[in-house]
Amino acid sequence: MKTQRLYIDGIALWSPALPGWAIARQALRSEPAAADPPVPRPNPALLAANERRRAPDAVLVALEVAAAAVAMAGQDAATLPSIFTSAHGDLGIVDALCCTLATNPQWLSPTRFHHSVHNAASGYWAMATGCRAASSAVSGFEASFAVGLLEAATQARTDGTPVLLVGFDTAARGALASVNRSRGLLGVALVLAPQRSAASVFSLDWACAAGTASLPPLTSAAAKALAANAMADALPLFEALAGAEDTPLTLPLGPAGILRLRTIPLPA
Amino acid sequence: MAPLAVSAFTAACAAGIGVDELAAALSAQRSGLRRLPDLQPAPDWAGPGAPVLTWVGEVATLADMPLPASLATWDCRPTRLAWQTLQRDGFIDAVATARTRWGAARVGLVLGTSASTIGDSEAAYRNLDADGGFPASHRNPRLNTPHALAAFVQAALALQGPAVTVSTACSSSAKAFASAQRWLHAGVVDAVVVAGVEALSASLLHGFRSLSLLSDTPCQPFDAQRRGISIGEAAAFALLQREEDEAVKGVNGSLQLLGYGEANDAHHMSAPHPQGLGAEAALDAALARAGIDGAEVDFVNLHGTASAANDAVEAALVARRYASTVHACATKGLTGHTMGAAGLLEAVICLLALQGRGRAGTAHTEAADPAFGPLFAQQLRLSPAAGMARLAASHSFGFGGNNCVLLFGTGVGTGTRGT
Repeated sequence: MKTQRLYIDGIALWSPALPGWAIARQALRSEPAAADPPVPRPNPALLAANERRRAPDAVLVALEVAAAAVAMAGQDAATLPSIFTSAHGDLGIVDALCCTLATNPQWLSPTRFHHSVHNAASGYWAMATGCRAASSAVSGFEASFAVGLLEAATQARTDGTPVLLVGFDTAARGALASVNRSRGLLGVALVLAPQRSAASVFSLDWACAAGTASLPPLTSAAAKALAANAMADALPLFEALAGAEDTPLTLPLGPAGILRLRTIPLPA
Repeated sequence: MAPLAVSAFTAACAAGIGVDELAAALSAQRSGLRRLPDLQPAPDWAGPGAPVLTWVGEVATLADMPLPASLATWDCRPTRLAWQTLQRDGFIDAVATARTRWGAARVGLVLGTSASTIGDSEAAYRNLDADGGFPASHRNPRLNTPHALAAFVQAALALQGPAVTVSTACSSSAKAFASAQRWLHAGVVDAVVVAGVEALSASLLHGFRSLSLLSDTPCQPFDAQRRGISIGEAAAFALLQREEDEAVKGVNGSLQLLGYGEANDAHHMSAPHPQGLGAEAALDAALARAGIDGAEVDFVNLHGTASAANDAVEAALVARRYASTVHACATKGLTGHTMGAAGLLEAVICLLALQGRGRAGTAHTEAADPAFGPLFAQQLRLSPAAGMARLAASHSFGFGGNNCVLLFGTGVGTGTRGT
């Protein structure tokens, strides 16, 4: 397909060791930084204190990065369409659900059940921001960030509107950890716009093609430390966005496809 | 939007395997729901514990129909359901034709499912190893993840274009049409297989039981006596291509996707917005994309779950926005609520109505709840009817307040509607 151009107006990343884009950006450029103790869970201001206590980690990290990216883009969260992508959803919830179902199914709690839907983060985001725009929740196994980016890019192109893209995955818990390799907690977000604006910090050229590719090697120790998270296919792009270089990237898009990307920094 | 051609479709659910059986069941109002405690042998998908007193739409043949050896690593209930459905209605041949015409890399897949292969993980948790991990037979990372069904269908159909899983609860496979339109519009692919697959599992059974949403009788959508939902399972597939392509014109009676609308309630995780604001916004967006007015729609497949809250909100929306003469029906009394597959299964029911293969009724419902008023009572059709629909809408509303409305038509001579 013909290469298409979008603009990146907002960037966010959160992990316990990199709690926010300012810190993450430095670390992904391999610049020395003060080693603060890790923050175990994000604390998104959008949720009331009681909701924050009850919400699964996946919802917390998704809302944290979504709010940060939208703020950087200067967009109104209440009108922005969104794509939430995650390979597995909240694995702590899946583990707890399966444990209860195997032993005492009559004890399954309704809250745990509605937290188990893949669009839980999308639903909480809509409620917290009052946003009634289209919102989807998608998955693509090891290419989950790439398929989410494809969804957001085609929506921005088709509807001519900025789109919020949020990617997140959690650590496998309990028996699930014997079969699911995801470790750690990671959230990433971008605001992608079809038109360049004062908020645009990078242009993003993209095209799908046939072929196979492995994930580009990570360069920073900070990104390598997150490589076991199931959203790790986002990390090469976020390393590029932390730098100031014109960067071509090829991401795997499932077993027989690739997503060609090129990020070019824009002058402020 | 430019309409998209629906070049082929197929479906399977408790009411019928393949569209001929499904159309016959719809016309005869023959329900596939069965009382769960009466099922023999007791279904393994329901897990341990006392049987739940509810009615389910189970596809009874799956236990005896394993996958072919070449796909055996994917074997589980939902992949069997998908595989069995793919064998019907010439669907595999239609996909092969598209693959040959465009190249396998130019045929994409968008699959909607809510719980995907969770039943396989549930089974592993019932048989954990001595070390507390999954038994060897279940240690397949590609099977225990939401994308497993899409990866299976991609392999089964030898597709090499992009594949994505859409998982927004009960609107999942309706939204597959939206993603497919965007992929075609952006030139990512030249054809898209859209799919909806949901198998029965203990998660669905006990999840809805925990919310007190399961009916102990066959579900009765929009009836004053309605007591909740009946869960079911289904797989359904459609092949979408650009309408302007000459090669796809004229097939299948020129069935077309005319529009789609997506919107969120921004209200509650498991209850609809009381005024149906998100559902109405989705309808508005679908009508705007299709360039038509709600009054022109003459057939609506309602979400109609038979939950107290959904039906009240949806009845008000239908009375507000559609003509008094519209044929509105709720088919979950025939199929069960097939969750992530419901959007595509009910899209197929719309396509059958557009082909003149029957307009479904609302099984088990004695009368529309008087609380919904006389106009809705006129719109809701309890009995199936012959005749052909001209413009059909399908409603899908899910947990997380996720709403999607689809519009289908027969495009003979209409050219491009809307923009």
